[in-house]
Amino acid sequence: MIDIKNLHKSFGEHEVLKGIDLHIDPQEVVVIIGPSGSGKSTLLRCMNLLEEPTSGTVVVDGIDLTAKADINKAREEIGMVFQRFNLFPHMTVLHNIMLAPVKVRHVPRAEAEATARALLERVGLSDKADAYPPQLSGGQQQRVAIARALAMKPKVMLFDEPTSALDPEMVNEVLDVMKGLANDGMTMAVVTHEMGFAREVGDRLLFVDEGRIIEQGVPQEVFENPQEDRTRLFLSKVL
Amino acid sequence: MNLNVDLMVNSFPLLVVGAGITIQITAISVGLGLIIGMFVGIARISQVKLLRALAAVYIDFLRGTPLLVQIFLIYFALPVVLGQRVDPFLAAITACGINSGAYIAEIFRAGIQAIDAGQMEAGRSLGMTWPQTMRHIIVPQAFKNIIPPLGNEFIALLKDSSLVSVIGFEELTRRGQLIIARTYGSLEIWICVAIIYLVMTLTISRLVAYLEKRLDTK
Ligand SMILES: Nc1ncnc2c1ncn2[C@@H]1O[C@H](COP(=O)(O)OP(=O)(O)O)[C@@H](O)[C@H]1O
Ligand SMILES: [Mg+2]
Repeated sequence: MIDIKNLHKSFGEHEVLKGIDLHIDPQEVVVIIGPSGSGKSTLLRCMNLLEEPTSGTVVVDGIDLTAKADINKAREEIGMVFQRFNLFPHMTVLHNIMLAPVKVRHVPRAEAEATARALLERVGLSDKADAYPPQLSGGQQQRVAIARALAMKPKVMLFDEPTSALDPEMVNEVLDVMKGLANDGMTMAVVTHEMGFAREVGDRLLFVDEGRIIEQGVPQEVFENPQEDRTRLFLSKVL
Repeated sequence: MNLNVDLMVNSFPLLVVGAGITIQITAISVGLGLIIGMFVGIARISQVKLLRALAAVYIDFLRGTPLLVQIFLIYFALPVVLGQRVDPFLAAITACGINSGAYIAEIFRAGIQAIDAGQMEAGRSLGMTWPQTMRHIIVPQAFKNIIPPLGNEFIALLKDSSLVSVIGFEELTRRGQLIIARTYGSLEIWICVAIIYLVMTLTISRLVAYLEKRLDTK
């Protein structure tokens, strides 16, 4: 589903990604962990070209994003959830979810609304359709953001620390929605510090440090028996 | 010093009619400037280099030359090119509209850039194009930001529109000049004119403050 080869990304002189190779299978849930500033967000953002790779190839669902691809078309298939939700504050929750399907996929409004309401039901927010995002709690906003991404019926979902901006008591309501998605077979790449989630839901765990994938494997095994010193050091701090 | 109060009272209705015309050309010009400013402001930050450059030239030229010179260019120089006279009213709103377009473009640019970058990223990551995201997500939010500076621009132009008196267009200042030519009541009339401008600008700034507050609580 996602195929990344020898990906490099520099911001000016600063090389943030130093040769990433990563293949993600359909329906696989890959959890990415690593210290702050190690390049996790940049890696994720290269998967939908919010950041343009300096070199290397990124192929998603058969489309080479690093060639002259129609990036808007490709992004229709790649949902993204941000740390800070980024809901559209001037629109109701319902319109947040309907906007892209109507404008991009040209779904008829009635159909888009029905889909949006079904998605709100799925994330447990049926009663918030007519609310504006600033009226919602962080956890509710993030669930709306997930519903908004799902409304495009993407083939892949990217999550960049979706629970890091939340009060602790709201973390689980978001993780539960993500677990549901994983169980339904969504292909997911998730940057997170939630090790419980990684262990329970992740098919594979990647440890990233200084722009490289240092170690990867089945989450349980990496947690219990890390092969690299750096992984061990990092895990000793977060576990 | 003796003020001829009768002259002031008698001239007042004529001047108020002129004030109406001043408001009219200001409103039309700012309306025109708003349309121009929205497009130029967006062009100024667009992804197309040529558009950015053209917008910059437009803004630099119109903010870097005096409005009075721009009015002369349109009223006296343009007819030479066109081979026909330009109507003073048209010349006035064209000059003022094009001029305020440049200032409003900068207001728009700042208003857009004040919107969190995550909004554009969210729009783009949903597959929307840059223009679609601008139109549906960024610009509607920017409008709220630009109401106060737009109010200031309206006030600035209301005052600057007195410059179109030089091409004989009979707004407030020109009316004052004409009455003085008849009555020699220079002091009285200019006091009246100043008071009328002041009342207009104060009213508008109160109106903008009120509007801002209402939008804030929404
Ligand atoms: N747009 C940018 N411009 C310049 N430097 C950036 C930009 N985005 C990220 N960086 C830098 O790249 C490095 C990795 O950032 P990031 O991918 O956000 O790390 P992580 O998500 O793992 O915390 C950091 O040093 C950060 O300062
Ligand atoms: Mg990050």
